[in-house]
Amino acid sequence: MKAQKFWPWLIVTLGAAYFLIPLLATFIFSLRMRRNEYTFDAYVSVFSDPKFYATFGYSLSVGVFTIIVGIFVVVPAVYFVRLRMPWLRPFMEFVTLLPLVIPALVLVYGYVRLYGSSSLIPFTGSILGTDILLTCAYVMLAMPYMYRAVDNGMRTIDIGTLTEAAQIMGASQVQIIGNIILPNILVAILSGAFLTFAIVIGEFTIASLLNRPAFGPYLVGIGTNRAYEPAALAIISFIITWGAMGMINVLGRFAPRTSARTD
Amino acid sequence: MPAFLEVQNLVKSFGTNTVVKGVNFAFAKGEFISLLGPSGCGKTTILRMIAGFERPTSGTIRVDGEDITHLKPNQRQLGMVFQAYALFPNMTVGENIAFGLKVAGMPAEQRRARVDEMLKLIGLLGFDKRYPYEMSGGQQQRVALARAIAPKPRLLLLDEPLSALDAKIRVSLREEIRAIQRDLGITTVFVTHDQEEAMSISDRIVVMNSGNIEQLGAAHDIYNRPATRFVATFVGQLNTLPAGVLAGTPGERAIRPELISLAPRPETDLTLTGTIADLHFLGSVQRLRVDIGGTLVNIDTFNNQTSPLQRGDTVTLHLAQKDLLTLGA
Ligand SMILES: Nc1ncnc2c1ncn2[C@@H]1O[C@H](COP(=O)(O)OP(=O)(O)OP(=O)(O)O)[C@@H](O)[C@H]1O
Ligand SMILES: [Mg+2]
Repeated sequence: MKAQKFWPWLIVTLGAAYFLIPLLATFIFSLRMRRNEYTFDAYVSVFSDPKFYATFGYSLSVGVFTIIVGIFVVVPAVYFVRLRMPWLRPFMEFVTLLPLVIPALVLVYGYVRLYGSSSLIPFTGSILGTDILLTCAYVMLAMPYMYRAVDNGMRTIDIGTLTEAAQIMGASQVQIIGNIILPNILVAILSGAFLTFAIVIGEFTIASLLNRPAFGPYLVGIGTNRAYEPAALAIISFIITWGAMGMINVLGRFAPRTSARTD
Repeated sequence: MPAFLEVQNLVKSFGTNTVVKGVNFAFAKGEFISLLGPSGCGKTTILRMIAGFERPTSGTIRVDGEDITHLKPNQRQLGMVFQAYALFPNMTVGENIAFGLKVAGMPAEQRRARVDEMLKLIGLLGFDKRYPYEMSGGQQQRVALARAIAPKPRLLLLDEPLSALDAKIRVSLREEIRAIQRDLGITTVFVTHDQEEAMSISDRIVVMNSGNIEQLGAAHDIYNRPATRFVATFVGQLNTLPAGVLAGTPGERAIRPELISLAPRPETDLTLTGTIADLHFLGSVQRLRVDIGGTLVNIDTFNNQTSPLQRGDTVTLHLAQKDLLTLGA
């Protein structure tokens, strides 16, 4: 091995070790539920708990709604800011970073004050209302990721000229966003959706303070009461995450190529 | 013939910067018009106001008698081709061409027939399943043309559609565009800063300079009878002869290089003597630069010399009084 290849390799190896060793340790630990034996008992235990499915299902559906609402809010916003109000972009960058700066705890207390059962808009007065509130909170939490993903997606296509080309052919604003902008930034949206999903699945603070049966509070509950199941759950979460990443890759291959030839 | 495209007192300002300063023109149905002028003179701005992408500061735009000044772009029934093709990357060639028909609500069956018709017109039959990135620039621009004309627009607007292409394709595609335009009889506004391009394909040319029309006319008018000094120097090559170079002509005169010859012709009635300062062999044409007492004059002659000319040779130039241009302001 040549000297100039040694350092890069060392850094890659160290980086990989940093991520893989804890994962491996967790995995091995999750197999040790029975004494002196490697078994999948912890996994069996996790999968036989009906609360696992209930909370995961709940978080999954909240996640789907969060993604849909997020797309409906972010895509038109990014589109119009890029197209008509480019001077607003620095402001948008700043605003969409706020959820990273403001602790979720502050956010949820604000929500409870504003939308509590004794307020003018008592969202928390009903289960459906609380679910809606939770979805809105997640849309906000995911905003920094969704905004950046969509913004990056729109950077790669000339939305100005494509919009004009569609307009002059008689297309309406809705047709333009639906038929031209959305399909061309699908991969970007998917990666934003995936990040949103990852945030929603693991989120604890807001879900537990709004007292909803989400996956995050369930994970924390298991973590405090059991020994091996949390490790098994961590591995399961990783597999779900990797699965979602793989999906993005596969779908990305079907995405339209946007690079135009000029020869 | 009544005017089909009519622009009156069109003005456009960006802030305090007025880039189109009261432009008027009227064109008949089926005309091929070029807007020609140097970079930044306001050609694109005028085209974009016709398309509806820019709102005029004042003035009116009429198409077929209808005032469209305040209509949205998608209400104007116009077609446009952009410099950067602007094909929809997520759609096949066929879907691109069908897009305007689809938003107009044409049934799928008719749409398919129209797309085939368009593909045949641009010589790309069988390419409908391809994606834009699978095609060359020239092919993409032909698709963009087909997409623009498929919905039978009232006007076709082209903003430097050839400038991203290489020289050979540029020439063949401009002829193709002109042939298709003639075939369909579609009124066309073509923006270019290339005077050769404008002269070779236009019925009439609008020569612009810093937001004003300098001259409007057919190519031969503009070339042979330039209305202003700007037009004379911008369109084609020109020699300026300061006062005193030509005996008996007070004041400055100008003449095109190809109207000066080395041998007398029946119409020539003036002569000048000078030495060859430079000569370029351009194939069928030879370009000489002749020094006449300090004034350099370019001459284009056909390459039929029996004895080759050399630098430093003394030559006599023959020109006709009637070919001289007097440059105005
Ligand atoms: N959106 C805008 N805001 C401010 N100024 C503009 C805008 N669009 C164009 N201009 C200015 O208007 C002038 C005319 O621009 P225009 O694009 O019409 O020129 P053009 O004749 O098409 O030139 P080119 O041959 O370089 O394309 C330029 O000085 C340009 O800077
Ligand atoms: Mg331009």
